[in-house]
Amino acid sequence: MIIETKGLRKTFRSRKGTVEAVRGVDLVVDEGEIFGFLGPNGAGKTTTLRMLATLLTPDGGAATIAGADLRRAPGEVRRRIGYVAQGGCTWDEVSAREELIYQARLYGVDKAEARRRAEHAIGAFQLEAFADRPTKTYSGGQRRRVDIALGVIHQPRVVFLDEPTTGLDPQSRAHMWDEVRRLRDEGMSVFITTHYLDEADALCDRIAIMDHGEIVAEGTSAELKRQIAGDVVTVGLDGTAPKAAALLEGEPYVNRLETLDEGLRLYVDSGATAIPQILRALDGAGIALASIELHRPSLDDVFLAQTGRSLRDSGEGA
Amino acid sequence: MKLVRDTWMVFTRQMTLVLRNPVWLIVGIMQPLYFLLLFGPLLKGALRMSAEDAYRFFVPGLLVQLAMFGTLFVGFGLIAELRAGVIERMRVTPVSRLSLLLGRSLRDIVTLLVQAALLTALSLPFGLSVRLRDLVLAFALLALIALMLSATSYALALKLRSEDALAPLMNAVSMPILLLSGILLPLSGWLKRVGEWNPFTYAVNASRALFAGDPGDANVWKALVIVTVLAVAAAVWAARSFARSVR
Repeated sequence: MIIETKGLRKTFRSRKGTVEAVRGVDLVVDEGEIFGFLGPNGAGKTTTLRMLATLLTPDGGAATIAGADLRRAPGEVRRRIGYVAQGGCTWDEVSAREELIYQARLYGVDKAEARRRAEHAIGAFQLEAFADRPTKTYSGGQRRRVDIALGVIHQPRVVFLDEPTTGLDPQSRAHMWDEVRRLRDEGMSVFITTHYLDEADALCDRIAIMDHGEIVAEGTSAELKRQIAGDVVTVGLDGTAPKAAALLEGEPYVNRLETLDEGLRLYVDSGATAIPQILRALDGAGIALASIELHRPSLDDVFLAQTGRSLRDSGEGA
Repeated sequence: MKLVRDTWMVFTRQMTLVLRNPVWLIVGIMQPLYFLLLFGPLLKGALRMSAEDAYRFFVPGLLVQLAMFGTLFVGFGLIAELRAGVIERMRVTPVSRLSLLLGRSLRDIVTLLVQAALLTALSLPFGLSVRLRDLVLAFALLALIALMLSATSYALALKLRSEDALAPLMNAVSMPILLLSGILLPLSGWLKRVGEWNPFTYAVNASRALFAGDPGDANVWKALVIVTVLAVAAAVWAARSFARSVR
């Protein structure tokens, strides 16, 4: 276990009122895993991360990170973690190599060793082509790789990555996933936040789903999906969704029903037996279908089941 | 020891940035140069002094003005750094919080002293003369002013986090302080009585006493005491702002 939190909470007070950003987060992150925080924007993911990275003081609760107590020994925590913020962290006029050397020096490493580590990081993160140019000339993907290289230059036991692939093109994104996996394979624990379902699904060993400052579900992607037994049927309807919902609500083969903007989502035990029954019921009531789709439960279905909202609909989730 | 090392690290990085983009260094020295060249010649007639006396009156004040305007606006650079994320990156490292301030203020002091030395050297042909011992003391006073004002500027920048809020505040504060310090012309009447509450009045008078070769003048020790106390207070405030978790 590399991170353990108990009842972590943070409330922001401003003139506009108070916001309970994080309301009692309990979680355990195991050594050597990629742990993902999934949730819409504003769910409290970044606030939790900033508390764990010693940038914000929690209002309540406790946390142990890499064996150090967050509240009593934040200095010790800083030595053992790396943190990569969402918005970048480099000076425009300075090159990646200079930044890497400088960053290592900030952790007390001597000059020769800092140079050696920078050289190693440039190789490992494939920064050779641009490492000696000022960072203001970098592309988004290049910049993000440098940010992460900076975050792990002191070989921390755990690294926090806040939305590491937001704003990246698909190729840079795939590249970034490889980098994150490589860090884990080298023995580092990785804690990432994301609002991308596919990223949580493909990259994370374990996922905590967060909404309104609380963790609403936690487990491996497979475990979470197993909570949603059976299949999911999405029915596309033009404006007749409320009528269809009323009709199907009481049907014995429908375990659960969610009304979407343009249709319904039905949780059933078996799609093969339910679809003909759904079609018959709708046809009998004279409701025309725009589309019908059968799929295995996704993380979005888990999110929907827990919060009553689709992650795709809340904010810019994709 | 760690504080010294960390401060040096922060300072050297800041100096690197200044030297890679020295345009602000040049802009900073332009204003006092304009005053020296375009305003100074008027003083001789206006104050009915000899040229030497006029410059001995004017240049020490100009140096204090340089210290004020050269350092009061350093917070703008910090806001750019906040936006770039470098401050947050540093705050996650074990680097000393005080060094984040001291390294930056040290850069401000060094750049100020370079500018002040240049301005002093350029004033010599106009008839200015000063003893080295007195000049060193005057520069020490300038360095303390720079620490006080740069720390204040950083603390305000960390609080306001926006150039749009910082600029009007700085202008609103700096202009009356400048005018009530007797930098441009000697204060008289009620302005003089108000000016006695302005720490910069003491700094300007001290600077003038030193350039007049009178380090024993009461203004000198008063200015050093007042500015040292304010500089320490400002540094504590700013260092705490660097340490505090702000969102």
